[in-house]
Amino acid sequence: MEPILDVEGLSISFRQYDRGAHQRTLPVIHDLSLSIAPGQVVAVVGSSGSGKSLLAHALLDILPANSAREGVIRYRGEPLTPARTAALRGTEIVLVPQGVTYLDPLMKVGPQICKGRREGRVREACRAVLARYGLPPDTEERYPFELSGGMARRVLISTAVMESPRLVIADEPTPGLDARAAGRILGHFRELADGGAGVLLITHDLELALTIADRVAVLYAGETVEEAAAADFTTPGGLRHPYTRALWAALPQNGFRPIPGSQPAPGEIPTGCRFAPRCPRCRGDCQETHPAYRSFRGGMVRCDFPGEVME
Amino acid sequence: MSLEAKDLTFRYPRRSRGSVLEGVFLTVEPGERVGLSAPSGRGKTTLCKLLSGYERPDRGEVLLDGRPLSSYKGFCPVQMIWQHPETAVDPLLRLGETLYEAGPVEDRLLDALHIQPAWLERYPLELSGGELQRFCIARALREGVRYLLCDEITAMLDLITQAQIWDFLLEEARQRELGLVIVSHNTLLLERLCTRIHPLT
Repeated sequence: MEPILDVEGLSISFRQYDRGAHQRTLPVIHDLSLSIAPGQVVAVVGSSGSGKSLLAHALLDILPANSAREGVIRYRGEPLTPARTAALRGTEIVLVPQGVTYLDPLMKVGPQICKGRREGRVREACRAVLARYGLPPDTEERYPFELSGGMARRVLISTAVMESPRLVIADEPTPGLDARAAGRILGHFRELADGGAGVLLITHDLELALTIADRVAVLYAGETVEEAAAADFTTPGGLRHPYTRALWAALPQNGFRPIPGSQPAPGEIPTGCRFAPRCPRCRGDCQETHPAYRSFRGGMVRCDFPGEVME
Repeated sequence: MSLEAKDLTFRYPRRSRGSVLEGVFLTVEPGERVGLSAPSGRGKTTLCKLLSGYERPDRGEVLLDGRPLSSYKGFCPVQMIWQHPETAVDPLLRLGETLYEAGPVEDRLLDALHIQPAWLERYPLELSGGELQRFCIARALREGVRYLLCDEITAMLDLITQAQIWDFLLEEARQRELGLVIVSHNTLLLERLCTRIHPLT
């Protein structure tokens, strides 16, 4: 089947002023590839600041003006040009943004969900969407500052699903929600996918993502380091990249073990493998050569020694 | 010697619905880690705001060592770390200015929280939520803090960073005998972190 979304070799960089009029280019996403078929939920997980939200913004062509983009993004077989993106976003391609600051602070919630339209049909749909997410009807009349964190989150999702999207890009839709509300929302994404839409779920809640995702792409320092089937996480030895294994071991119920160090900042990227400085399995070569992204055991991995189990 | 909420009742003005909190009692001792859990919209954040003096209760009082919290002057010994760090920093200030606004911060904290020196020169819009949250934590851990209210502080972080930050905070709390109130929807996380869990009903 033709993928709904196909990202090939996406790179994003920012132009910054260094000193005075000197500019420098800061690469933040490097050679990212990803595809979503109709009916699929693909989760993108990875460290904070690894470029997850930028990926979402690149797909919608809403990156800041000082950014540059390379690579190809295809939507239903055709390249996503700026004009095409502008025509599709908000209707066929929708974003559930990460920050609750994306709501207009001076506008009541109801009109924001209806996008200013006042016909009875739209207002009814708005009420139905609110009810679906367990928000009381008087939510319409509230301003964003009158909402709790979890309620604001559900309002953001309501604004996206008012249309009938073919591609949903959800950027961290669940933090601040209790397990039941989060489960209900993810269940709704699953329904959208089962109805033929593609869902890109950007999250760091690996556990929750696994409940609905078909595939999981793992990002580290602006690169995809692994693409795995959801089942690989629960199969012993199923994971390929040491970073993915470290993520799994850091879950509260799986040991809560942090690995030391932090992800390299853009502009301080090592020449070899980007995970090498923190990798428990790092060899001499890993510091020197940058590993290619390749197929391995039914998934993808960017590691020259994948799949080895840690002692 | 403790942080006490006594019979707190609070309602937001202009809200048709009743009180967010009604007759809430809570006591936190130094060194204790109390988990707060409840469905969203039940007043977990509101309780934290009352406990740290951002809002005043309609009825009841907040006592620190038996004295009303409002009678403490200067740096408040009860500090809250917010759920959405992007709304807790001034968007027009470089983060270095935000961090040092209220006085010096120990370099040790910056190292332990992996705050890179280059970030001090950046504006909030240029950092991720997880990176901003580290600043908010460093800012709250000034000398003189005795209770920390952690409102979903790692909900926006990846798992490894979450484990790192709690590893650091628990050790810091142990050494300085801080009392912690931890709000989270993740039951497994609360079980891992807290000495007791207080359901807010």
